[in-house]
Amino acid sequence: MSDSSAGFQLVQQSDHSALLTLSGDWLQGSRAGSFAALSQQLHQATPESLVVDGAGLGQWDSTLAAFLLRCHNHCRQEGIPFTTRNLPAGTDKLLRLATAVEPHRQTAEPRGSWLAALNPLTVIARSTDLIRESLAFTGELSIALARLVVGKSNTRFEDFRHFCYQAGPEALGIISLTSVLVGMILAYLGAVQLQQFGAEVYVANLVTIGILREMGVLMTAVVMAGRTGAAYAAQLGTMQTNEEIDAITTMGISPMEFLVLPRFLALLVAMPLLTLYADLLGIVGGGIVAGGMGITPLQYISQTEQALAIHHLAVGLIKAVVFALLIAVAGCRAGINSGRSSAAVGQAATEAVVTAIVYLIVADAGINIIFQQIRF
Amino acid sequence: MTTPAPEAHISIRDLTMAYGSFVIQRDLCFDINRGDIFVIMGGSGCGKSTLLRHMLGLLAPAAGDILYSGQSFTLADEQAQHAMRRRWGITYQSGGMFSAMTLAENVALPLQLYTPCSRGEIADIVAYKLALVGLAGYQQYYPAEISGGMLKRAALARAIALDPEILFFDEPSAGLDPISSRLLDDLILELKESTGATVVLVTHELPSIFAIATNAVYLDAASRTMIAYGSPTELRDHSDQAVVRQFLTRGSNPGEPTEPAARSGNE
Repeated sequence: MSDSSAGFQLVQQSDHSALLTLSGDWLQGSRAGSFAALSQQLHQATPESLVVDGAGLGQWDSTLAAFLLRCHNHCRQEGIPFTTRNLPAGTDKLLRLATAVEPHRQTAEPRGSWLAALNPLTVIARSTDLIRESLAFTGELSIALARLVVGKSNTRFEDFRHFCYQAGPEALGIISLTSVLVGMILAYLGAVQLQQFGAEVYVANLVTIGILREMGVLMTAVVMAGRTGAAYAAQLGTMQTNEEIDAITTMGISPMEFLVLPRFLALLVAMPLLTLYADLLGIVGGGIVAGGMGITPLQYISQTEQALAIHHLAVGLIKAVVFALLIAVAGCRAGINSGRSSAAVGQAATEAVVTAIVYLIVADAGINIIFQQIRF
Repeated sequence: MTTPAPEAHISIRDLTMAYGSFVIQRDLCFDINRGDIFVIMGGSGCGKSTLLRHMLGLLAPAAGDILYSGQSFTLADEQAQHAMRRRWGITYQSGGMFSAMTLAENVALPLQLYTPCSRGEIADIVAYKLALVGLAGYQQYYPAEISGGMLKRAALARAIALDPEILFFDEPSAGLDPISSRLLDDLILELKESTGATVVLVTHELPSIFAIATNAVYLDAASRTMIAYGSPTELRDHSDQAVVRQFLTRGSNPGEPTEPAARSGNE
C-alpha cells in the first residue's frame, strides 16, 4: 500500500461508511488521483459517510488538496458526513480554509455564443443601437460646438493645436505613400481600357477626376480612421479606465467640450488640407505611370488642366468635411463609452475603426447618389 | 513542515538602486529568513516598490547582489533566473489580472505553462486555489465583474497556483476596507503557516504590519538607505531611530526609546 506510487483505495466498512486510504506521493503530474474514478466508485457504493485516511501519504502539493476539496464538495452535495484523519498538518488546515466559504452558486452573466453573434436579428439590433448612439453623440457634439461659437465653451486652444499637429503634419508620410500609389493604380486601370481605343492620353482625365472626386479623399479618410480615429478611441478609453473622464465631469467640465471638441475640430481642419495634398500627389502618381506609357509630361499636364474643374475639387472637399465628422464621432464615441479594462480599450479601438470605415463607405455612396441627382 | 532554524532565504547584499545617476537607495544589506513574513516599509517615495521590483528582477541593481537560497539572482543567466522565478508567486498592486481572461483562465495560465497536468487536473487545482481565497464558484467571472477585494484575492489565487516558495505582495491591502484587509492578512498568515512559504510584503498599513510581520526593514527617504531592521513591535518600542518609532506609531509623539530587554544588534 504505502509504496511511492501514489493512489487511493476505497473500502466499504461494515457500518455503511467508506474508508478512503491515500498513499504515496501526490505531486503535480504524478497522476495520482483521478476524481472521476473515485466518483464512479462512490456512486456504486453509496456510503453513508466518508472517512479519508492520509497515513500512507508521502510528499504532496496542491494536487492532493484539490483532490480532497473535490471529495469534500462531493460529500456536501450528497449530504453525507466527511471526515479526515492522519492527514499532513498543512493539508488539513488548507482544506478547512478552502471550505470555509460556501461556493458561489450564481453563475456569471450568460455570455453570447458565437452563433448568437451571427443571428441577423441581434446584428440588426446592435447596428441600430450603434447608429442611435452615434446620432445622440453627434447631437451632443453639435451642442458643444454651439457653446463654442457663443464663447461659453471650456475647450482649450492648446489641445486643439496639439491634435491638429497629430492629425495633420504627422500623417503626411503615410498619406503621401498611399495617394501616389492610388494615383498609379488608377492610371494603370484606365490605361489598359483606354489603350483599346487608342485614347491613352485620356488617362490624365480619368486620374484627375477619379482622384479629386473619389479616391483622394476616400483613401485619406481610411488612413485617418485607422490612424487618428483609433488613437482617439484608445486615448479616451484609457482616460475612462484611469477615471480621468470622471474627474473632468466632476470638475464641472463637459468631456464633450474638453475632450471631444478639440479632437473633432482638429480633424475637421486637417482632413480637407490632407485631401488637397493627397489629390496633388495622386495626380503626380498617375503622371508617373502615364509617362511610362509614352505620354509626355506636357501632354499629361495639359490634359489634367482640361479635366481639372473647381466643382470636382469641391466634391472632394465636401466629402472630406463629412468624413472628418464621421471619423471623429466613431472614434470619440467608442472611446468615451469604453469599459474600464485593457480588453475594453482594445475593443473600443477596434469598434472605432470598423464603424468609421462602414460610415465612410455608406456616406460616400450616399453623397455620390445626391451629386449624381443634382448633376454636380 | 516543522519550523526550521532561521536560514537566510533571500539575501540582499550591498544593494544600490538607481535610475541613471539618481540613487534611490544605497548599501542595502539584510536577510529574509525562510518562513518569515517580511515587511519592507518606509514613507512614500522611499523606494519600497523599487526594491521589490529589483528583487523580482524587473529592474537591475546599480551595484550589489540579491541571493535566493545563497544563489545570486543578478549574476545568474536567463535560464537560471527563469527557474528561480517559477518558485515565486507575485501579486501586484492593482492585481495585474489579465482582463481578457476569466478568473479560472487567469489561475490556470501558470499551470498550463509550467506543469504537466491534464485539463481536468488543472480545473481541479484552479477550483481549489479559488476556494482557498474564498472565491469558490467564481471561475467564469472576468476581473472587471468582481470587486476590488475579490480581485486582490483572485490575484493571490493566481500567485499561489504553482505552490510557490516565496510570495511577494506589493501593497496587498491598498484600497481595501478594514475588514477585507484583515481577512487578507489572515489568509496570508494561514497560507504561510500551512505551506511554509516565505512572504515578502511592501506595505505601510500599520495594523497589517503588527498583525502578521515577523521581521521588517525600514528604508529612509532622507538618508537613502536602510536605518532599521528587526521585528516591527521591537522597532516601535526600542528603535534608536526616532523616524522609525514615529512611523510605527503614526507620528504620535515618539518619546525616548524604552531600553530594550536584550539589545539584539542591527543584524
